Amino acid sequence: MTEFDLSRDSVRALNQGLHDSAEGRWLVSHPDGRHCIAVGLDAPVDVAIKGHVGYYCAGMNKRANITIDGSAGPGVAENIMSGTVRVLGNVSHCAGASGHGGLLVVEGDASARCGISMKGSDIVVAGSVGHMSAFMAQTGRLVVCGDAGDHLGDSIYEAVIYVAGRVGELGADCVEKEMTPEHRQGLADLLSAAGVEADPDSFRRYGSARKLYNFNIDHASDY
Amino acid sequence: MFGPARGTDMSKPNSLRPSATFPLEVLAEIHRAADQGIYEIRGFGTKRSLPNFDDLLFLGASMSRYPLEGYREKCATDVTLGTRFAKRPVELKIPITIAGMSFGALGAHAKEAIGRAASQIGTSTTTGDGGMTEEERQSSETLIYQVLPSRYGLNPDDVRRADALEIVVGQGAKPGGGGMLLGQKITERVAQMRDLPEGIDQRSACRHPDWTGPDDLEIKIQELREITDWQIPIYLKIGATRVDYDVALSVKAGADVIVLDGMQGGTAATQDVFIEQVGIPTLPALRMAVETLKELGMHRKVQLIVSGGIRTGSDIAKALAMGADAVSIGSAAMVALGCNKPVHLEDYRALGTEPGYCHHCHTGRCPVGVTTQDPELEARLMPEQGARLLRNYLTTLTLEIQTLARACGKSHVLNLEPEDMVALTIEASAMAGVPLAGTRWIPGA
Repeated sequence: MTEFDLSRDSVRALNQGLHDSAEGRWLVSHPDGRHCIAVGLDAPVDVAIKGHVGYYCAGMNKRANITIDGSAGPGVAENIMSGTVRVLGNVSHCAGASGHGGLLVVEGDASARCGISMKGSDIVVAGSVGHMSAFMAQTGRLVVCGDAGDHLGDSIYEAVIYVAGRVGELGADCVEKEMTPEHRQGLADLLSAAGVEADPDSFRRYGSARKLYNFNIDHASDY
Repeated sequence: MFGPARGTDMSKPNSLRPSATFPLEVLAEIHRAADQGIYEIRGFGTKRSLPNFDDLLFLGASMSRYPLEGYREKCATDVTLGTRFAKRPVELKIPITIAGMSFGALGAHAKEAIGRAASQIGTSTTTGDGGMTEEERQSSETLIYQVLPSRYGLNPDDVRRADALEIVVGQGAKPGGGGMLLGQKITERVAQMRDLPEGIDQRSACRHPDWTGPDDLEIKIQELREITDWQIPIYLKIGATRVDYDVALSVKAGADVIVLDGMQGGTAATQDVFIEQVGIPTLPALRMAVETLKELGMHRKVQLIVSGGIRTGSDIAKALAMGADAVSIGSAAMVALGCNKPVHLEDYRALGTEPGYCHHCHTGRCPVGVTTQDPELEARLMPEQGARLLRNYLTTLTLEIQTLARACGKSHVLNLEPEDMVALTIEASAMAGVPLAGTRWIPGA
């Protein structure tokens, strides 16, 4: 276990150390809202951060497992490729933006635009998400165990959204879809992998109506 | 009694007199809009007449200035970009870079040809929306990797093997707008790289997904520097609108290099109304950027690359004289590869156009194989052949810049200065900030 105290050394030194590590466990203390902690990792390391982090923590993560024992600022796990990022608290806006793979778990709530532009990653939020979540989401899955704000899934492509609670107004081209046994099983597996307890039968599924995939003048008012 | 309106063609009888408010092209566009119910989407760039570098002239050396001997005396062209923070700045042999053009908008052969030519001549090329292809990384010695709002294909492996990153905030052809790649160009490979279904219209976002203003951007840049261990430069590309604000904010956000794209910049596909009605020309944009950098004491410290309608060595020499550190070419590089060349005339006609007028990049049916994924059309541009054409063009541009610089007595092309130029028109004088020829007058100065 490598212990790193951010009250005594810099984020730069931490990230360089993590980039130079092929494996191992790291314990990071006193993050105190600093930005860009543990970004660009590309090794099967386990990183535990004790406290709140600022912008872009775990950005572009690949293979590493990162746990934030606190809340996270904007863009946590943005463009995640693989590995797991777990936030025990709440997250600010744009969590998991444009993620290509891997898993982001938020045990609290997520603010606006959670899963914006996601491209294959999985996001599980034990609480609720803010407005415009999964905006232009391309592929991947967003699971919301609580409520979802307005304009959910606006301009969504092939990503899938599951929501257990209330949903505000759906975004352009986003519709509720049938919850098939395959979707229910996939959701159950994802919840299990995320370590989040919820009844898969309580979720509804949302996805693209595919009316805006190719411009059609008759659909212009849907934008 | 009122006289005839200004510009009225009085040689024609009333029955054949055209309307200045509704000339033939406006009538045709209204008829087209009424038929189709949608704006026109097209490629290339603005077709309107704008003040440009042709409106400036050099004052060659004479009694008060000492010229350098053409062909004999050294006139250096090298430039270093990204000296502010990066441990490994980009070093180029010529001040001409190749602008970002996506794989998808361009075919793989065109991208590879550009990479080869740039490497052979000692300059950089740039990826585009859709990510980095293996072909272009292999063929490009110095490759700038764009970080775009869409984030299509963006991944940390490519970030780490890039020679610089370019965060695209805007594009001169459509500042404030996102990209558009119509379904007919979305082949299986393009779709796979962008994580989207084949055949759908791809709307690239106009805003980045995880930052919304200059304060966020500063942290975003910090993140990318951390990911790359502060090794490579970070460029910021802006479309020319409120240039003074944008340049100042780019400096504040921590950019190493600013890429400023004027409204003459090209695009693969955008609404005609966007191309023709949004942004400001390259000429005033460049002057505003240099002024702002000088006010901040950052001129030459944050390097400035200017693009948008650069075609000739004289355009480049004038841009450098106005204070740019380098230029970037996109449309002109495509023309060197064969864009609008009078060959395969039947294919131009099938698109409803002729060589010299074609702007049908958006269709994927490029007659010369540059902006297409169609294997049959793409075979018309083999990478070796394309590389030779572009290399010849870049060489010619460089020789032209050196010719003009030597004539002005400069031993390095970056030593050219505004004092070496005059303007032919009042508009160009005001926009470029150089005196009207034969006077000491700069309107607005």
